[in-house]
This record gives sequence, structure tokens and C-alpha cells, in this order.
Amino acid sequence: MLALIASGLAASGASADILTPEDGGSPNADRIDTLYKLVSILGLIVFLAVEGVLLWSMVKFKARKGLKAAQIHGNTKLEIGWTLGAAVILVFITAVTFIQLSSIINPDRSDVDANGQPIAASSAALFASTNQKRPPGGDALNIRVDGQQYVWRYQYPGPKTVNAYVEMVVPVGRTVTLDITADDVAHSWWIPKLGGKFDALPGYTNKTWFKATKPGVFEGQCAELCGRNHANMLATVRAVPFAEYRRWYDGRAADIQRDRDAAARQRDALNRSQSQQASAGSSE
Amino acid sequence: MATTSSPNLLKRQSEGDVRGLVSRPRPEITAHGVKDPSQNWRSWITTTDHKKIGILYLWTVAVFFVLGGVEALLLRIQLGAPDNTFLDPEKYNQIFTMHGTTMIFLVGVPVWAGLANYLLPLMIGARDVAFPRLNAWSFWMFLFGGIALYASVFFTPPEAGWFSYVPLSTAEYSPSAGQDAWIYMVHLTGLSSLIGALNFIATVQNMRAPGMGWGRLPLFVWSILIYSYLIILALSSLTATATMLLIDRNFGGTFFDPTQGGSALLWQHLFWFFGHPEVYILILPAFGVVSEVLPVFARKPIFGYKAIAASTAAIAFLGLLVWAHHMFATPSSTVVLAFFMLSSFVIAVPTGVKILNWVATLWRGTIEYRVALLWAAGLIGTFLIGGISGVFLAVFPIDWQLTDTYFVVAHLHYVAIGGTMFGAMAALYYWFPKMSGRMLDERMGKVSFWITLFGFHLTFLIQHSLGMDGMPRRIYEYSAGNGWTLMNQISTVGSFLLGLGFALSIYNVVRSLKKGAVASPDPWKGNTLEWFTPSPPPENNFDAIPRVRSVEPLKDIRAQVERETGMRQKHRAGRPLTTQG
Repeated sequence: MLALIASGLAASGASADILTPEDGGSPNADRIDTLYKLVSILGLIVFLAVEGVLLWSMVKFKARKGLKAAQIHGNTKLEIGWTLGAAVILVFITAVTFIQLSSIINPDRSDVDANGQPIAASSAALFASTNQKRPPGGDALNIRVDGQQYVWRYQYPGPKTVNAYVEMVVPVGRTVTLDITADDVAHSWWIPKLGGKFDALPGYTNKTWFKATKPGVFEGQCAELCGRNHANMLATVRAVPFAEYRRWYDGRAADIQRDRDAAARQRDALNRSQSQQASAGSSE
Repeated sequence: MATTSSPNLLKRQSEGDVRGLVSRPRPEITAHGVKDPSQNWRSWITTTDHKKIGILYLWTVAVFFVLGGVEALLLRIQLGAPDNTFLDPEKYNQIFTMHGTTMIFLVGVPVWAGLANYLLPLMIGARDVAFPRLNAWSFWMFLFGGIALYASVFFTPPEAGWFSYVPLSTAEYSPSAGQDAWIYMVHLTGLSSLIGALNFIATVQNMRAPGMGWGRLPLFVWSILIYSYLIILALSSLTATATMLLIDRNFGGTFFDPTQGGSALLWQHLFWFFGHPEVYILILPAFGVVSEVLPVFARKPIFGYKAIAASTAAIAFLGLLVWAHHMFATPSSTVVLAFFMLSSFVIAVPTGVKILNWVATLWRGTIEYRVALLWAAGLIGTFLIGGISGVFLAVFPIDWQLTDTYFVVAHLHYVAIGGTMFGAMAALYYWFPKMSGRMLDERMGKVSFWITLFGFHLTFLIQHSLGMDGMPRRIYEYSAGNGWTLMNQISTVGSFLLGLGFALSIYNVVRSLKKGAVASPDPWKGNTLEWFTPSPPPENNFDAIPRVRSVEPLKDIRAQVERETGMRQKHRAGRPLTTQG
């Protein structure tokens, strides 16, 4: 028990946010953190009560002269009592979880629309969602996340082809929904400050969401064993103001288009030279 | 002497073969000359005696425990510094796969098979298990399973984790034969456990001493009975799914290949349908040990015998309905997640009931601080933390943050070491005198206990924080920028203390086999029938089997002896019994 206290102290001394899960990047991560704290309070009470009685009995009832063991075989009322007590605690945790649940699972409404314009708060009431996986108003940036040994690939929506590896750039205030899958083995998408992890399995699409509430860089890494370089499969989400996101998106689209054009030209040139060689060969 | 009044139960000093330590009548039976005919190595290979097989199991388990422990220390060395190059990623993955597989399949399950082998017939007053030759077969299958796995060390060990998730474990991503060695190990040890479980069930059903109804079965025997049923229900799923993987890998099957209509998620369901009951296979017998040890050293009957037996059955039943809480992050619908969250909550109730019953057993007792009692109390205090962190993991939104991080590593070691291993250590210190006829050194045992307890919490408590700080499991390196260095170093230091603690106990065993004080038949003043026969017991266990009238038959016999001889037994635990007139 001393060991327990000692390492408990060591734990609280080392850094600030190591007693609860990471939060502060996205509302769902914050709500999970809140839920964790609520369960912690109950857990702590149970922990202190049971360990307390255990230690107390160990000390108080240590064998010594004159102490006689009470020959008790049980106490039905007491036993039914603590069975019900344990059940009540769990009913309470269940209630708290279900109260919090919808706000963790269902995406928040975006603060900005697809053009970076603020969305009026009242619009939420007009576009109540019927599908859990879409935010109120249906307005979200939907990115396809694809896990591959050992890199994350992001496919952005829209008419232009925009994709990125490792670093995902998103606009602040816009709800981002993710369709997560994998190409080869199982991976798991996790950016701790932006919410929980979701496995990427080949043949399945997993869904989650986040909404970066402030600009920043959020780090994470693959959380399911995916092979030898599992430790090196990093992921970053960079949240930037909408205008900067727009610039990045357009720049990325132009880069990809240019690369594609260059590749097409190279291919054409190669084809031409090959067909010239072929015709030269056949004429000999 | 008045012993003649019940000649079957008592013996005279002149007949004593207990090395002359006992001077007055004691409740004990003489086993007339049924000596093991040979003690050479061949007798160990050909034996069908449940006691010898039990000892073979336990020594084999000890070897695998040392191997698995060394593997754990190698992993901790690698994580002791950021960007460490002590192990390369291939070696790291191989070692954690071997560590997990060893500790689960070659230590956690068979340690109970070994103890149950030795103790179950003695505790129910039987002369052997129901099928002695099948019992020997079980042991040899287990040994060959372990050898099949460890032979791969000389070629290419498996590296897809002890859970071998597909597609990583398929031929495409794990082409080496190490994965096949893992499958053969699962098959061989699985058969071993299944046959062993049937044997235990048949023994308990049919071979109990006269008068030993279900309400008088020792709680350790209850836990082994339920352990056996769980093995039959759960291990079948694992052997089936491992066979499917074998077919996929070697014979062109596509059970798990999504491009051919197979499912990568199917493996996880079938694996955890085994995997979660497996947790209870590992822990329930440890609970049984606690339920045996506490009443003896608190000198007080177990509090709520029926509640403890019933909660064992309830935990086992519910344990079959919670498997998908290992899969909260997979693509599954919210309804499924909610069901498995609630079923996981429900299982906390019988587990809590057990813990409270144990605490109530200590309450108002006279607690003797023997090493076995310390391990049992350490189990209660440590397992409680693992139980509470389990409730966090059962709340699936919280699990989304915590799963596959070091929080889970901490949680599982709190239940696997703090539960299973502490329980096994309690069993070792409690029953070693019965098995060997020698006492373990109590002082060394206490040192071992305190170092282990301190080292354990130093290693694993901090890992909760590592997990919440974002460190995933099974990564071979991290960078200094992650801020995980100090916490990992604390954990690494703790792991070496933990290793030292266990090593001391192993040394204690080896030393005490030759040099330990000679044990009397009943050194602890126990409650159950195994203390009724000499230490170590003769090959036939009992010449005559006493009638059982309560949960604590030996206490009844002791009272009867005192009545008949008019002598009160003065007792100090750990010393030979003496009487005062």
C-alpha cells in the first residue's frame, strides 16, 4: 500500500494532465474527459472505502494475546445490502454515461460553413438531423482516412483531387467527420486531444468526428499493432483558420494537378519514344 | 491413549512416520506402506499419480514463468530510454508476442491445472483424479505445446501479438512459420486444457468424500470446477478460430480475407469470445485460493460461503457475455457497444461481492501474518485497483480514449499479476509444506512479498498515466519529445524490483526443498482434508476417508479428537502441533 501511495505521488508530480485522458482539442474529447472525472469520483470513493476497511482490519485484528476470532459465518442482510449498493453505483454510472453519450457520438454543428462563413446558431433548429452520423444541418467536412503500413492517407472531398499523408489540415470551427478504413492490416486512428480512437479495418468503414475549437497542431499515432514499424506510424492534425485552410486546399489541389499533368506528359513522351523505336525496329 | 476410540482417524506416536516431531495424538491418518515404488526419472515420465503430475506441471510452469519474465524485462529495458536501439522492431514484436503468449497459455492457465491436479483429489478426499492416464496425457500435451512455441525461437518466433489479429497474422503479412508455431501451441495446450477440465469435472462430480455435498465443497474446488466449465466453453472457440487461421495461412482459406468475402472482424469476435472468459479462467482459481487462505489465518470461518460460491458461478456466466468490450473501437453499432458496456458493469457486482466477503472474513478475526496470508491480502488490495480501472474501460466512450494504451497494459497486469500471480504465490506458500514436506522460509517469503508488491505498483501504477498521456501499446520506441521518458524509467526500475521479488520466492522454493524445516501434516491448522494426510501424502492419499460434516471437515475432526482425548491443542502456525493436557 505504501508503494501505491508513493507511485501515486510520483504520478501526480510528473506532469499536469496525466491523471485524466487528454482533452482540449475538440468537444467530444472534453466530454469524455468529463465522463472520466465523474466515474473517477465514484471509483475513488469505492477504492478508499474498501482499501481503508481492508487495511484497518489487517492492523486492528492482527493476532495477539487475548484477541478471539468471532465465529461468524455470514450476514444475509449485510450481503444483500452491499450487492444492492454495488448495483446502485453501476446504475448511476450507466445513467451518467447515457446522458453524456449522444453528445460524444453525434457530431456537433459546425461553426463555419463550407465557405468559411459563420453559421447562425438558429439554423440548428431548422435542420434537425435524422442520421446520427451527420451533424445538425448536415454541414461537415468529410475526410476519408486510410491506414496503410505505416502511413495515414487522407482523401478530401470536393471536385478537385486533394489528398495528403500523415498531416491532416482542417479549418478551425468546422466539424470534421472521418470515414476510417485500412488497406492492408488493422490500424487504429487516434489523436488523443481530439477524442477517442477508432479502428481502421480492411473491408469496414468506421466513423468518428471532431471539431477543432482553436488553431493548433494535434499529434497522435496508430494505436493498433500493425507490424514492425507500428511505432512510427504517426498522425498529425493541423487546425488553421478557414482562409489558411482554403489556401492550403487550393495549393494542394494545384500541386497534385501539376504533378498529374507532368506525369501525363512524361507518359506521353515515353509512349511516343517507344512507338518510334518500335516503328524504327520494324522498318529495319 | 484414547486414540483407540476412533482408530481410523488417529494414530499413535509409536506409529509416527512424521520424523518424530509430534509427541501427542493428532487428527491424522496413517497410510500403511503405500510407498511410491520408484523415485527415479523414469517414474516421473510414466507417472499417472495426480500429485506427481501436479508437480511436473508446476515445475514446467516455473520454467515458462522465468522465460516470460525475462522477456518482460527485455521489453522494459528497451522502453527505459527514448529512441532506444537495444532491440530492433522485429525483435521487440517477437518478444512481446512471446511474453504475452507465454504468460497466458503457458503460465496463467496451467499453473491452476498444476495446483488443481495436486490439490483437488486431496481436498475432496479422493485417491486420484477420475482419469489418471488422461491426466498424464494432458500434462504432456501442455509440455509439447510449450516446446512447439519455444522451438520457434531458433527460427523465427511469431510477431503478431498474443492475440494474433488478422490480417496481420495471415500469410501475406506474417509469412514466417512462427505464426504457425503459435497455432500449434494453441492446439496442443488447448487440447491439454480441455481434457484436463473434463477430468476435473468428472472428479468433482463423482469422487467427493462421503457427506461432501455441494454446500460443503471447499471454495478452491468450487473455483476449479467453474474454471473447468469455462475452459470447455471458451477454449473451443479459440481452437476453432486458430484452425481457421491455419487453413487461411496454409490451405488457401479465406475466412479472414476481406477481398474474398471474409471478415477481419470475425477473428476478433471469435478470439475474444475465448479471450474474456480466459481472464476469468486465470483469476477465479486465484479467488478460490484467497477463500481458502483467509479463513485459516484469520481463524474465522469464511464470511458468506454461499455468496462466494454463487458469485464464482455468476462471474463465469456473465464472463461469457462481455467479450466485445475488448472491441469498443471497432466498427460496431452503438447498440452493440451499449450492450457490452452494461454486461461488463453487471459483472462488477459479483466481483465486488467477493471482495467485500473477504474483507468481512478478516474483520474481527485474529489475523496471523503468515506469508500466504500476505499474498492473499495483497491480492485483494491490488486486484481492487484492477477491478476499478476495469469499470473505466467498460464505459465505452472512456474506453475509446484508453483502449490500446498503457492504461490497458496497467489494468491487465493489475488483474493478471495482482490477481492470478499473487493468488498463485499465496497457494505456493500455503501448500508447499503439503507438497514437499518442508516449510518455506517465512522471513525470505516476507521480503519477497514486500519487494514484489512495491515493485509491482512502481511498475504498473504509473502506466495508467502513460496511457492517458497518449502512449499506445506495443510501440518499440518513443521520442523524447513525447514526454514519456521519466514515467517509463520509473516503470522499468519497478519491473526489475518485481523480478527480484519473484526470483527470491523461486530461490526460496529451491532452497527449502533441501533445507527447509520439516513440515507436519497440518502446519497451518487448516480446515480442509488435504491437511488430514501426511506431508507429502502417500501415493494413495488416504487409507480411510473421513465423513464430511461441514465446510471445514478438519476443524470438526480436530474438535472430535480434543473431545475424545480430553486434550486441547495448543497451536502456533508454522510450527508442529503440540498439545497440552
